Amino acid sequence: MLRKRIENLSLTCFTLVAGLIWIFPLYWALVTSLRSENRVVSDGAGFWPDEFNLSSYADALFNTSLMDWYINSIGTSLIITAVVLVTGMMCAYALSQMQFPGRRLLYGIVLASFMVPAQALVVPQFILMNELDLINRWGGIILPQLVVPVVIIVYKQFFDAVPKEMKEAVVLDGGGDYTLLFKVFLPLNWGITTALGIITFIMSWNAFLWPFLVITSEDMMTIPVGITQVNDAFGVAYARIMSVALLAAAPVVIAYLIFQKRVTEAVMISSGVKG
Amino acid sequence: MAMIRNKPRHRLIAFTLIIPFVAIFALVFAYPVIEVVRMSFTDAPLIGGGNWVGLDNYKRLFSDNLFYTSMKNNGYFVLLTVLPTTIIALVISLAVNRLSGRMQALALVMFFTPYVLPVSVVTQIWAWMLDFQFGILQPVIEAVTGKPVPVFKNPYWVMPSVAVVTIWWTNGFNVLLFIAGLRNIPEDLYEAARLDGATRRQLFFKVTWPLLWPVTALVLTLQLILQLKIFDQIYLLSDGGPFNSSYVLLLMVYREAFQLNHGGYAAAISLVLFLLIVVISVLQFQLLRMGGRDK
Repeated sequence: MLRKRIENLSLTCFTLVAGLIWIFPLYWALVTSLRSENRVVSDGAGFWPDEFNLSSYADALFNTSLMDWYINSIGTSLIITAVVLVTGMMCAYALSQMQFPGRRLLYGIVLASFMVPAQALVVPQFILMNELDLINRWGGIILPQLVVPVVIIVYKQFFDAVPKEMKEAVVLDGGGDYTLLFKVFLPLNWGITTALGIITFIMSWNAFLWPFLVITSEDMMTIPVGITQVNDAFGVAYARIMSVALLAAAPVVIAYLIFQKRVTEAVMISSGVKG
Repeated sequence: MAMIRNKPRHRLIAFTLIIPFVAIFALVFAYPVIEVVRMSFTDAPLIGGGNWVGLDNYKRLFSDNLFYTSMKNNGYFVLLTVLPTTIIALVISLAVNRLSGRMQALALVMFFTPYVLPVSVVTQIWAWMLDFQFGILQPVIEAVTGKPVPVFKNPYWVMPSVAVVTIWWTNGFNVLLFIAGLRNIPEDLYEAARLDGATRRQLFFKVTWPLLWPVTALVLTLQLILQLKIFDQIYLLSDGGPFNSSYVLLLMVYREAFQLNHGGYAAAISLVLFLLIVVISVLQFQLLRMGGRDK
């Protein structure tokens, strides 16, 4: 028994130490961001936090367009998440519960589009956004990110599992399909809606390639694209670069820490490992 | 039956439900798919018309040295990331899965957090850690090679370094998939095996591994597709250099379309990348399924 305990304890320690090593880059970014630029590149600077200097954070907040980028990222990510969820659940409901010509074809297309790498479409998408006059606008960032087939696939899977009896009761009371969707199917699946919402939000917040292509003016950039500009502006100034990087990462990291369980669940469900 | 339906009305409602998605899909997905194919047969610049040139873009592509360099680098990057990340994630998930309650949650946070970071945050942190002069990892490199190495400016180090950064960033996702897979294995299978006197080794190879195989196959497939599409980290860390030693297909698409104004040619490269991903992922999925059946 004792041997087993020691074994378990040492395994726990080993795993946690491995975890600490894994997370070390973030720790190091934090330590660096709290030092002065001189201290960062001085020889004696060790592993441990030894300064609490917020000047590079102040610099990041007031001398860059970080605030604009926050607003652009929050705005576009929220809109993308809302539209993806609403259009996805509506389409999934129709696919799951209704009969109409082309139903199987539509579902086939949704499944197939899963395989198409969005990155292969950037050239025609850019041309399209240009024709719609959406370059350097929120609309241009948002539109191509609105197609997330996996949301439909997951919703359909969950709607399929809703028992028939729940539906019949509402239908007998004279309720139509919109009532069913918003009063029965949606409330039954709030869990999956939050999970899909959080993961869609994180994905759009982190999107790089597309916003990078469609935005060229600095005040319209999103966070992940904008912070690469800071490099060029500051030259080598690692305390400031790390402050900007951590400020950029903060919203998603905090969201993840608050909704850990949901994020975990969302990742598992959307890749079909857990239903 | 109480559900006597008005058929045209039922259909109308169904269409109003699918129309928002279908309209967006048609505009920003289906139309671009058709366009990328059409454009690949023209000499169109990024903005503006262009003439039909038949297979010229493809002829040019298959005699373009940079295309072969890119293909080779894409393949090299896949080798450097797909199998290593799968093995690392499997080991981590086995370790994390043995922890309980709070400890497990804590360990999971440590391994998963990098995955939620924006790519540019990841590359900036690693660029700092690997900085030639002041990087905290340079002493480690020095201990191995005898001198510091500017990793993203060295043709031999650049791809492995980008691979390390990528694995650090995306590994948490795979860990989660493996943990979900491990949780799906019923506990009584282990108990039955233990009653039969199975050793820990046997438990892993006779119970865990075969039952986890579908998840392993999924992780391998998803990773292969993901890593073939490498662009962000390369663009941000080495921009294809030095001497094109980290040039990849998507970077080629970007350069041709957005810097050299060769829309048609970039469309042809996109299409080749697209077909490559579809063919490889279908093939790999079939192979892995067969591999699973033999067990």
